[in-house]
Amino acid sequence: MGDGPPSLWEWIGRNWDTGRAGSIKDLLIDHLTMSLVPILFALIVALPLGLACVRWRWLYQPASGLMNIVYALPSLPVFMLLISVTGLSQTTVIIPLAFYGVAVLLPAVVGGLDSVPDHVRQSAVAMGFSPLRRLLAVELPIAVPVVLAGLRVVAVSSISLVSVGALIGQGGLGGLFTRAYQNPFMPPVIVGIVLIVLLALIADGLLVLAQRVLTPWVRVRKGVAS
Amino acid sequence: MITFDAVTKRFPDGTVAVDDLTMEAPTGEITVLVGPSGCGKTTSLRMINRMIDASEGQILLDGVPVQSIDPPTLRRGIGYVIQQAGLFPHRKIVDNIATVPHLLGWDRKKARDRAMELLERVGLDPELAGRYPFQLSGGQQQRVGVARALAADPPVLLMDEPFSAVDPVVRTSLQEELLRLQDELNKTIVFVTHDIDEAIKLGDRVAVLRVGGRLAQLAAPKTLLSEPSDDFVREFLGHDRGIRRLQFVSTEGLRLRTDLTVRDAAGGSSEEPWRLVVDEQGGPVGWISWSRPDELEPFGSFLYGRDSMRSALDAALLSPSGCSVAVDDEGKVVGVATREALDEALAEAADG
Ligand SMILES: Nc1ncnc2c1ncn2[C@@H]1O[C@H](COP(=O)(O)OP(=O)(O)OP(=O)(O)O)[C@@H](O)[C@H]1O
Ligand SMILES: [Mg+2]
Repeated sequence: MGDGPPSLWEWIGRNWDTGRAGSIKDLLIDHLTMSLVPILFALIVALPLGLACVRWRWLYQPASGLMNIVYALPSLPVFMLLISVTGLSQTTVIIPLAFYGVAVLLPAVVGGLDSVPDHVRQSAVAMGFSPLRRLLAVELPIAVPVVLAGLRVVAVSSISLVSVGALIGQGGLGGLFTRAYQNPFMPPVIVGIVLIVLLALIADGLLVLAQRVLTPWVRVRKGVAS
Repeated sequence: MITFDAVTKRFPDGTVAVDDLTMEAPTGEITVLVGPSGCGKTTSLRMINRMIDASEGQILLDGVPVQSIDPPTLRRGIGYVIQQAGLFPHRKIVDNIATVPHLLGWDRKKARDRAMELLERVGLDPELAGRYPFQLSGGQQQRVGVARALAADPPVLLMDEPFSAVDPVVRTSLQEELLRLQDELNKTIVFVTHDIDEAIKLGDRVAVLRVGGRLAQLAAPKTLLSEPSDDFVREFLGHDRGIRRLQFVSTEGLRLRTDLTVRDAAGGSSEEPWRLVVDEQGGPVGWISWSRPDELEPFGSFLYGRDSMRSALDAALLSPSGCSVAVDDEGKVVGVATREALDEALAEAADG
């Protein structure tokens, strides 16, 4: 993007940090908040829920079914409904995104725990692990790659979906698109798209990095795979 | 000693996996459970460390009912090895081996040192310590599995078809390794297999189970081969029972001839159709006949007094001379067992 027309750079320079609400910097921070909070929430909810679903199998179908229905609801009516409770606030954007996150992460957590080979679980039992210790020291670590793969999807989609909040005036960088709607001027649109994509790439990159650090036993496997 | 006292296991769906099993696995011996698929071998084994609880009867560990011991505590004192090794994929080899010491709260260094010691003990390169399990071959993983089971020096070892997923060559070396380790360690081992040859090779005592979880016969391997208790056991042992029994007949008393060895093709008595050529060190080189004095024929040899009659006979079959070469530990020829000598020994074995 180094070769953009000078007017683009001028526009960025003038709008980066105006000290007023709606500066690019402000929007960026809003965007980060509204995408990161749902990711964290999804993780905090999906982990215990996933564990419960593995422990009590009958719970999994209804739980994932419910999450999928929530996931399928179109965002506009959901916003309308939420506005009556939480108003035109960031919370109104954060709540549905958090549910989407849970919908994606729940199967990832369950799949991750299911990916623990039975003989590995059995030998942990046979060596005298207590159930809690087995979960923490054996099952969760082995589930990490699958959970992280789910988390990458959640992170990227959450960052991209925040812009929908612009419909209620809370879209983070998405706000830059609605401006262009009123006034056909391209720089805000370009800046919005580039920053959102950049954010998504950075988040994804960080998660890939986390995966390499947390699960060296998976990375090496790829290198040696025959 | 592990005692099964009238143990029955009935699963919730009604399957009776083990039926009124009474037997003992003596301290310091390898007791093998063998039988067709589904006869309750794994179930019996897992009742010892309470991965499965018996429905009726009880299992005693040195006189103490296992039911009275809290499962994690019980299991930390019992090594367990399974077919797929069951190594933790996310832990390095050294940490895999140190698992139980770690659970028992040993300090890090002590657990690590112990793991490194065991790595060598089971015949693995210490360099492998820093690798992850997937970077090891199946045979190496299985050795790590054995090392891990031995880490906290438990008096009892349970092994469920530990060597059945590796190729025959590796299996043989793992079996020999186990026997060598057992010589040093004298663990009380219960070993499950469906391979009767493995059972006979490893077992001090072999328990043959039939489907339905009933004990068909419990005996030393030699007795099992010579006196199977019924048709089921006889059939399970297979057809070459007689040959396999020779595995337990020593070559110690085998009559040897020492007048058949020569240094070159011209030596030896012209009466003898075959003479054995030896090299300077006294090692066998090949058989030679008067009719083809330029041609050395192949020979077969066995360790005199150490190898079984089965090996001696096998060695004889490998050579056109029909004789078998007895060698000592250094590979020097001790003498030659002729057909007549082998015949005599076989006749004796059939009587005894
Ligand atoms: N959890 C279970 N519920 C019901 N039946 C079971 C259960 N576990 C094992 N069985 C049954 O009990 C019998 C004995 O099973 P077990 O696993 O002990 O056999 P095995 O001798 O180890 O066989 P294999 O050589 O195939 O490993 C089988 O008929 C099996 O189907
Ligand atoms: Mg089995």
